[in-house]
Parts: sequence; C-alpha cells; structure tokens
Amino acid sequence: MASFKPTKVPFLPKLGEKVTEETLYWKNYKSPVQIKEFGAITKIDFSPLPPHNYAVTASTRIHIYGPHSQEPIRSFTRFRDTAYGGRFRGDGKLLVAGSEEGLIRLFDISGRVALRQFKGHTKAVHMTSFLSDGFRVVSGSDDLSCRVWDVPSAVELSSLTEHTDYIRALAPSKLNPDLFVTGSYDHTVKVFDMRSGSSVMTMQHGHPVECVLLYPSEALLVSTGGRYVKVWDLLKGGQELVSLKNHHKTVTCACLSSVGNKLLTGSLDRHVKVYNSSYKVVHNFDCDASILSMAIAPDDEALAVGMTNGVLSVRHRRHKKDKETLTSRRRRGPSYQVFVKGKNFVPRQDDFLVSKPVKQYLRKYDKQLKSFEVSKALDTALQTWTRTSKPDVTVAVIIELKRRGTLKNALAGRNEESLTKILNFLLKHIFDPRFSRPLLMVGDIVLDLYQQVFHQSPVVERLLQRLMEVLGREAELQQELLQVLGILDTLFTSLTPRKEVLWERCCPMPLSNHCVSVSSVSADVSKI
Amino acid sequence: FRFVLCTSGDSVKVYSTRTEEWLHSLQGHTNQVTGIALNRANHLQVYSCSADGTVKLWDFIDGILIKTFIIGYPLFAIYVSEKHDGIVFLHIAMDTDSKNECFQLVAVHLPKSAEQEVEAKELSAVSSRISPNPSCTAFGREGQYIAFARHLQLNVYFFRKQKTYSFSLKATDKKGAKNAFTCIACHPADDCIATGHEDGKIRLWRNFIHTKEYTYSTQHWHHNAVNTLCFTPEGTNLLSGGIESVLVQWQYGAGNRKEFLPRLGGSILHVSTSSDGQLFCTSHSDNKITVIESSFKVCGVIQGLVKGDAVLTDLMIDPRSKALVLNGKPGHLQFYSLMRDKHLYNLDIVQQEYIYEAGLDQFEVVKAAFDINGYWLATVEERGQKSSDLEFVLKLWAYDERTQSFVLNTTITAAHTDRIISMCFSSSEETTMLVTTAEDGQFKAWCQGADADTQQDQSFWSCEFVGSYHNLKPTNCSFSADSSLLAVNFQEVITIWSPDTWELLTTLCQPPGVVRDLCFGRLSCSKYLIATTTRNLLCCWNLLTCALEWSTSVEVSKLQPDPLSENVAAFSYQSKHTDLFVFKPSEPRPLFTHKNMCSEKIHRAVFVPREEPLNNCDESSQWLNRSQLYFLTQNMDLLTFSTATEEDRMLSSSKRLVIDDSVAVTPFYLLLGKHRQQQQKLNTPSHPAADKPQQPQGSVTITELLHTPAHVLPAASVLCSMLVSSLLISNTGVRKDPLREMESSEQEMNSEKEEEHSEEEMEACDSQQELRAQGSVDEVTPKLSKAQERELKRIRKTDFSWMTGLIDSKP
Repeated sequence: MASFKPTKVPFLPKLGEKVTEETLYWKNYKSPVQIKEFGAITKIDFSPLPPHNYAVTASTRIHIYGPHSQEPIRSFTRFRDTAYGGRFRGDGKLLVAGSEEGLIRLFDISGRVALRQFKGHTKAVHMTSFLSDGFRVVSGSDDLSCRVWDVPSAVELSSLTEHTDYIRALAPSKLNPDLFVTGSYDHTVKVFDMRSGSSVMTMQHGHPVECVLLYPSEALLVSTGGRYVKVWDLLKGGQELVSLKNHHKTVTCACLSSVGNKLLTGSLDRHVKVYNSSYKVVHNFDCDASILSMAIAPDDEALAVGMTNGVLSVRHRRHKKDKETLTSRRRRGPSYQVFVKGKNFVPRQDDFLVSKPVKQYLRKYDKQLKSFEVSKALDTALQTWTRTSKPDVTVAVIIELKRRGTLKNALAGRNEESLTKILNFLLKHIFDPRFSRPLLMVGDIVLDLYQQVFHQSPVVERLLQRLMEVLGREAELQQELLQVLGILDTLFTSLTPRKEVLWERCCPMPLSNHCVSVSSVSADVSKI
Repeated sequence: FRFVLCTSGDSVKVYSTRTEEWLHSLQGHTNQVTGIALNRANHLQVYSCSADGTVKLWDFIDGILIKTFIIGYPLFAIYVSEKHDGIVFLHIAMDTDSKNECFQLVAVHLPKSAEQEVEAKELSAVSSRISPNPSCTAFGREGQYIAFARHLQLNVYFFRKQKTYSFSLKATDKKGAKNAFTCIACHPADDCIATGHEDGKIRLWRNFIHTKEYTYSTQHWHHNAVNTLCFTPEGTNLLSGGIESVLVQWQYGAGNRKEFLPRLGGSILHVSTSSDGQLFCTSHSDNKITVIESSFKVCGVIQGLVKGDAVLTDLMIDPRSKALVLNGKPGHLQFYSLMRDKHLYNLDIVQQEYIYEAGLDQFEVVKAAFDINGYWLATVEERGQKSSDLEFVLKLWAYDERTQSFVLNTTITAAHTDRIISMCFSSSEETTMLVTTAEDGQFKAWCQGADADTQQDQSFWSCEFVGSYHNLKPTNCSFSADSSLLAVNFQEVITIWSPDTWELLTTLCQPPGVVRDLCFGRLSCSKYLIATTTRNLLCCWNLLTCALEWSTSVEVSKLQPDPLSENVAAFSYQSKHTDLFVFKPSEPRPLFTHKNMCSEKIHRAVFVPREEPLNNCDESSQWLNRSQLYFLTQNMDLLTFSTATEEDRMLSSSKRLVIDDSVAVTPFYLLLGKHRQQQQKLNTPSHPAADKPQQPQGSVTITELLHTPAHVLPAASVLCSMLVSSLLISNTGVRKDPLREMESSEQEMNSEKEEEHSEEEMEACDSQQELRAQGSVDEVTPKLSKAQERELKRIRKTDFSWMTGLIDSKP
C-alpha cells in the first residue's frame, strides 16, 4: 500500500541574516591561510602581473609571496629600520618602499640590492608609489612634505608642503600620470597636479585620514579616517557623496574588488566589511586582531589581510572545480555501465514484463523509525556529523519521536557518554528560536528521567550546572527584551494619533517568537 | 472468487474482485443486516440475517431472493457448517431488551418447502454463554465442534458428545496482560483453535478434547487487541489483523515465522479468504475493502466515502471539480464526487507517517478553505487539543495544472499564538487574500507576494495585516460578495473593515448577544449582513444605512448562504428536532420552511451547484433550482434535499410529491450507514453463468437508477442494448439470439455453453425481468404505455414507503 513517509525536516529560515547573492559570493572563500610575520603588517600590494604575487611589508622586511605559497619566494631585508609602504610598479617589475629613517628604496623584483635610494625626507616615509607613467615615484612623509622623484636619475623633482600633519595616505591616478591624491592627519584629502605643482582640490574628512582610494573611473574618491568612510565625487568638485559609519574603531584600510567594484574596508575593530554599490554592508569577515592593511587580488582570487599581531591571513577563492573533486572523492557509486545496462533492451512480443518496484531510499534514522527502533533512531540523529552540521535534522527526529509519543522511551536508559552528547547538543542549541521548544521538552524529560542518578556522574552534573546558568542568563536577557518591547509599545501608542481602535502594521514574526520562547524559558528555569 | 459480499446498512452489496466495481446489492431486509454466510450446499447461495428477525437465502450472482425464513427475533450473527445441512446457527438476544448484552447461540432447522416465505420456529439453544461479538464463535474441523468465547472463557461444544468443555484464563497476570478473548478461528483440518486477545496475543489451543490436558502456545506481535483471525482454507497460514492496520500472516506450525503487509488503511475489522486460498480480503474501519493476493500483494481497493470520527472541516465544494471536500483518512482531505457518487482521491495534508495506535494524539486537518477559483486551498492542521501544548500549522496549496492536483506552496508554523477559529478567502477574482481569526484575539490577513530578498520566481504567502478590537476574541470572518468589505465579529461586536486600506469602517453591536455565525448576502442582497447570536436571534443589517433591517427570534445552529443565489439556509435546532428555513435577506419571511426535518442537530451543510439549473416554477422548490443542499447530521449521515426533478415531472400525477416528503436517503446514507459491522465472504462461483453480465434486477426503480452512482451502474453499452432489447420484447416478447451474442461478446464471454445456460435462465425469469428492465430505461424512453406508467407508479409507491420506513427507523 502506501509507502513509508519519511521524516520531514522543516526548512526554518534563520532569523536576522538574509542570504543574498552578495553574501553567497563573499562566503565563497576558503578558510584563511595564516602566515606569521615579524611585526605588524603595514602594507600589502598585489603585483598587477600574473601570477599575482604580493608584497607584504612588515617590520624591517618586505616579503613577496606567490599566490599559493606559504613561504616567501623572495624577501628584501636591507632595511636598517622599519620599512613602510612597499608597492609594485604598473609592470610589476619594480618595487618601491619607504622606511622609518626617511630613505626611499627602489628594488628590482629579481634583485636583492636596492637599485636606487631617494634621500631627502627628514622623517619616516609611510607612503610611496609610482606615478602611472612608471618613471616617477611619489612619496608622503611624516615631515609634512610630499615629494616626487625621478627614477632614472634618483633626483627629487618637486616637493609639496601643503599638509600640516603627517601624510599617511597616498593614491596615484592611473589615468593621468601627473595626478595623485594624498590624505593626512590634518583631516584633509588633497588632490595634487604635478603640472601646476600644487593642490587642485582639498576635501575635509573631519578625522585623521588613514587611507585614500580612487575608483577605476577616477570620478569617485574614498577616504577613511576615524570611524568614517567617506566617498567623494571628484567630478562635482569634491562633493561628499556618502559618509559611512559601520565600524566602531578607526578604519585603517580600504580596497576595491575587481568584480563589480565593491568597496571593502578593514578596521582596528577586527572586521572587514563589504559594501554593495549603494553602500550597504552586505558581508562581514571577522579577523583575530586589529587590521592594518588589506589587499584583494585581481578577479577577487584572494583576499590578504594584515594585522597588528603580525599575522597575515590569506583567503583564497573557492572554485567549482575544487568542490567537484571533493564530492567525487567522497562518494563513488557504481560505475556508469551498471546504470545503462539493459537500458535499450526492447521486449519481444511474447515476453512477460515484470516491472521492478521503485525502491524507496530512506535515511538511516527513517529506517529505524520505520521499524520503531526509537532509541537507535535518536542515536543516529545525534551522530557527530548530523549533530554539528545539520542540527535541524536532529531536531526534526526529536519532534517526530515526540509526535509518536515515544520520546521518553528514546531518551531513557542512556549511559553517561550518550547523555553527555544530548546535554551538549542542548547547551548549544537551546536558545535557537527555531529549536528551543522541542529542546526544552527534551531537557524536561531528561531531568525527569535521570534526576535520581545525576550525582553519580560529575561530567553530567557539570553540564547540567552550565545548562542552568545559561538558561538563567537567557531568561534575564529575554526579560530585558520584553521591557524594551514595553517601552517601545508606549512610544508607539503615543506616536500614533488617537483612534478608537488599536491596530498596528503587521508586527514582524520574530517578536512574537521571542515572546513564546521567553515564557517557555522562564517556566523551565523555575522548574530547574 | 469473483465476488466480494459485504453487508451495508439494510442490504448486502456484491462487488467484483477484478474491477472493484459494485455490481448490485441484495435488498429486501428492513433493518440492519447483521451477518452473512455462504450456503455450503450450494455455492451460489448466501444466507443473510438481519435485525428484523429474518434469514434470507439469496442467489448472489443474479441478486435474486430465493427464500425468506422468519425467525421472529432480532438476529445478530449467522453461522453455517457443511456437516449440518439445513441448519443455521444464529445469535439471538436472551431477553427482548437487546441492551442487556446477553446472547445465546441457537440452532435453527430450516424447513424445506417451496414457498417464498417460511416460518422457522424450530429453535434449539446450543449455549447461552456467547459474546456479543460475532467473531468470537467459529466452527471446528468438519463441523465436529463449535468454539465460542466470552470474556475470559473459551467453550468448545462437541456435537457428537453433546458436551461443552470450557477453559478459562485469568483476567490479568503479573505482566499486566489483558487476556479477554476478542476473536476465534478454528483450523480447517487440525484440532487447533486460534484465539486473539485484548492485549494483542494470539493463543493456539490444542488437545482440548480432554479438559484437563489441554495445552496452548502464545504468540505476540500485535500491540493492541486482535480484531480478527482467519485460517487459510488449507490451514497452512493464519491471518490476523488489528488496529495497527498490518495484516500478519503466521505460518501454521512454524513457530514465529510471519509476514507483514503494513499500511493498509484504517484498522482491520475483518479478514476472510476465498475458498481456494488465492485471495484474501480485509475490511477496514475507514469504509474500505482491500483485496489481497495470496502472494501478499494488494490487488484491489474498494473505497467508499471515508468515514472519520468527525468532520472537523466544513463541507466544502471544490470549485474546479465540484467535488465534495471533507476530512477523509487521518491527515487527509478527501475529494468525493457527488455527481458520480465516487471517491475521487485523498489529498495528503499532514504528510507524516500515520501511527496506528490507540490514544495517540495525531495531527488532524481541522480547517480548510478554497478560494473562489479553486486555485488556492488553505488548510489548518492541529495536534494536542487535549494537552496543553497545542501545535498547529497553516498550509497553503496551489493547484498545479500539470499534475491536476494541489501542491504545497507555503507552510506557516506560527501563524497565530493560539488556535485558529475560522478562515476565509476573499471572493474577488483578481487578488486572493486569506483572513484567519484566532483565539489570541487577532485576525490576520495573508497575501501572496514575492519575497524581495530571496529573489525567487515563486511567490509565497505572507502576513499583510494584523487587526484586533479591544482584545476581544474574534470568531467568524466573512467577505462581502465583491470583497470590498470584511466583517469580523469580536464576541458581541461585528466590525466591518475595508480590505484595501485596512480601515475600521463601522461596528455593529445591536442587539446584544455573542455572534455565532455570520454571512453576507449575495447578488442583489449583497448590502445585507446576516448574523445569528447565542440569544436565539437572527439579525439582518443593511450595510448602506448601518441599521438593523429586521431580526427574528429563532435558534439557528447553522447558517449557509447559497453562492449562486440570494438564498440563505438556516438550520434551527429546537426541542430535539431540526427545522430548516430558507430565506432571502431582503425579506424577513422565509421562502421555504420544513419543520421537523430530522432529530439530530445539524452543524455542517453545503450548497452544491447543479450542473445545469432546473427551471422549476413551484414556489416552494424554486430555491433548489441552481444548487442542491447537502447537510451532515451529528450521526454522520449525509442527507440531501431533492426536488420534484425531471423524473417527477414525467408523471403528471405525481404532483402530490411535495418536497417535504422527499428527504431522500441517498446511497450516501447507505454507505455511511454501515456503522456497526461488516461481514464478507468470498464466493466461488462454479457455475459458468457467473460470467454473464449483470442485468439490473431486483428492485430497480427509476429513483434508484438515478440515485445509484454512475460507476456501479452497468456499462452504457449494456444499458443501450437493454433499451433496444426492451423495445424488442414489447414487439416480440422473445429475445433473439444474435442480440445476446453481441451482448456476451461485448463482455468477452463467448463460450457456447454459457450461452445455452444463460438462455435457459433468461427464460426462467423473463417475465420478472421484462418489467423491471423497462422500468430502468423509462427515463430515456420518451413515450410510455399506460401499463408501463402504472408499473412505474407502483414501484414509486413502494419505493417511498421503503425510504420513509428507513427514516422512521433511525433513533
């Protein structure tokens, strides 16, 4: 007759986080590779040429890493003091870097010794860069000056001293070899034109500027400083387009992805935020330490983040190819020939056809549920892999057992090990509004069943203690939330014009869910 | 084994095992048929016994009543044995008061005489220790002994020794087993009795010829009472069934070896086997018979209108298929075609494995609603009504043109914080909107809309508006005919909302009383709102003036508007009988009144639109022109109003048949009426004539033909040929061979012997058949002879008396 209906795992959307294409794109990075450097990483720059090696400036060295190597393929160590701002030339063959002592060095990628040394700055040079013609180098220094050097002759071409504080940000124009943008701790961003020899545009950022960035079209300019990220429209004479305040500490670095020009900003608050084209945060990367520098490879192949603790974390993009190889390794079914065998067989006239019944494939827990092996089904659902990666499956089996009225039987008669498993699962998921109701019920049943024997096992006792603490904390939190709701309600009622009837626009579901879980949680706490 | 017989109400139905079609029914009893048994001497004959105190002998292939034996007491079961020819064993009540549950087994010698009706007064009591359950009695090997059980005692009566041996079990043992007997089966070739018990055990008793040295072995698989046991004819296997809905086949003498056939449907009530053991047949509590091959494969299902414990959803009409929709199998909605009187399909709403276990709280479909086009279906399933933690799910189903069925579109798990009381779809064609009211004091409007974030093509339903009124509990909601107004009543107050702006337009609260039912008028009366209150008032408001138009004092239990006309039907329950009023909201005077319609309270009713409207001028029946009213009583009987329809108008003299008398008992009632028990036997027709196509014989009348479901009528080709043949008879009186040859070739029965045989038989009952066959084709014959008309009248009279008798017999 009718076949067995397998347990339905309900799809419950996670509250709060919405899955969009952007998040899917930015989630598609592998877990980061961590490389330890000698000091805080102040600058990362990707070579414009494939294979897109990148230069990492940290302490007194500049290391060049290949795209997939964890060991530096080349390092420049001839610095007497801290090196700053190592950057590639547009053809990727030369590298320029400033230093604490005020000296600017120019390296050939294949060489070891500096080809040129530009002397003139009296204080540390934090920012250096090639102008887009490739024959000139521009540098910004703590001595308030901004100088342009000729590469072939190593002669200073001009010196601009318009800023009144340290210059810590510099961005050359890629379209015009005579233009570059500087940002300084005097809260200003200036656009310099070498042809006029002075600044042509000045913008007030309002905070010490840490980083400036030009969009590829060079119509938009991004400056970061303080907690603010500001975008300026250069074509409108430096009008502020938008001011973003998404970080809660100083924003130290910014970069643009090459696919769709998405803005990424890194901050001392250990977050990298990704904005969409309307400057809404669409994704967030968490790091272990405050972020000082960040760079993204062409085609968004890799995202390198440098932190204050000297750790360089590199995330590589995950490709479909990798996934396929992974899955193909995991599952190897019967070969193709087995499936096609006899497919094109045509029965003759007198043949009697015996149709093969379609086999229904069931999950292991469903098979066990089908044969009413409830304890085993719960064990299967609590297997490590299911428990950790698909808690909804575990909860669905628990709900199914409850529906069958056999949850108590399934939970009874367990030893310390499996009880620990259940309690750990409870600890992890009992606050998830999706799971809290069935899991609170499981908690109740476990308490009822085992209260006589809890004291025999210190492990279980400790877990229960923790569960109680956590539940108490959650109940407090929920109470506070309810208070806030009450405050909001009074506010809303005072805001809406007085009417005979009370009505509000569709109260969102999460609120009501919270209310439910509050009552149940508090009930549970009182029970414990 | 081409036929399955089952008792149903006051008739015995004959089904074909191959096509699962209802061939004909054996009608003649005037009360519930309580048992049937094959005549061992003649395989074409079957005995049936009824509570009207008669035993009838039938030829079930042709559906002819052969003999009637009048016993004079209400009979409750019948048994026959090969050895005791001409004797039937019957259960009769000890006292005249049958509630006493004191029964005795009597042997009745059936007198041999040529008369149709014979009185059999030769009763001899066998035993008085008989259980009321008919499956607790069985004949042993070759009829040497009869075993019967009652409570905890098993008795074996040996005919040769004229002695009863009894064996008793303790009521409970240490393990808490419940040992009461529930059923008995005897091995056909071995001295072995199998008994089923209340706790699911099956005991096999042996060596019971000696009282002291009896032994028994116990086998336990069922977790609840064993409902039925049956040995296969050779005795190699034992079949058992219970509430689990699993048919278990135990190998006799092989200890614990068994096979299962799970998920058959409702709980198994009876199992029987065909005499050669090729087919098994189970009957289920949900009005179903399953035919199973001996290889344990289901080969046929005979399904009637699924009878649940209660119809929780309203009676509804699917706007597409015009099928009646109500609760079916647990967790399903059933679609039942009223036109064809056929179960169409079950729609799985809950989509969970149903656990057949007594006392388990399962999800039940409690609410359902269709939108006006039949494109959307909303359902609410609920679990835990008894316990404190109520779970309910609101589901929305979209009609899929490709698969021609409903597909789940949206599942809303926490639609409200408390139980949903009512819901309705908006009645406009353009935008569909669902409104639900719940016990948490809110009503919510749900709209279909694409979710902007997920960027999917499919559009799902989401909440658009939440409304409440002074924290009162909303109970009913209703949209006006053009969906421009929504009326929601909060206890005593009716609030009118505009669904476009969600503005509260007005409130109506005069006169006081909690509103029980609410509906808008249709068509020309759409400005009226009708409500019934608990204070026995029926009120009608004019919404243009927001004033009470009229009110009347009547206790209304159900208010049902007709979607196709202005009429509203109100069922009123007063002093233990139900009255029906049909009125137009514009007039306070009812169009039609029918007092004392039935004795039960009516709380479900539906207007079923007719396929083509009648143009009936009779004022009292005009309201039935466009749709037909069906209603469900508390006893789960589905009744309908039929008018003086075409067949009535054919007879001008039958005008006296006013609708008041024509509360017809449809075949539905017969289907639903089999409350108590079913018994069935598979039959072995050895007669070659069995293959002959069934002629509509017995009490075939026009009304019956019209009331008989189309699928159980003979094929149109047969009817056609009958029409032709009836015309031929009127001319010649004798059938011609080529015609019948054609007939039989149509049915793919073409052996010559058969022909000869059927010819003989045909002549034998020719005179009888002639008139009846004509009667059945009258509706297609425009002109009638006077004799035929007279015959029709006669049939009509008897027919109606039969029906009124049925109505009266209801408690």
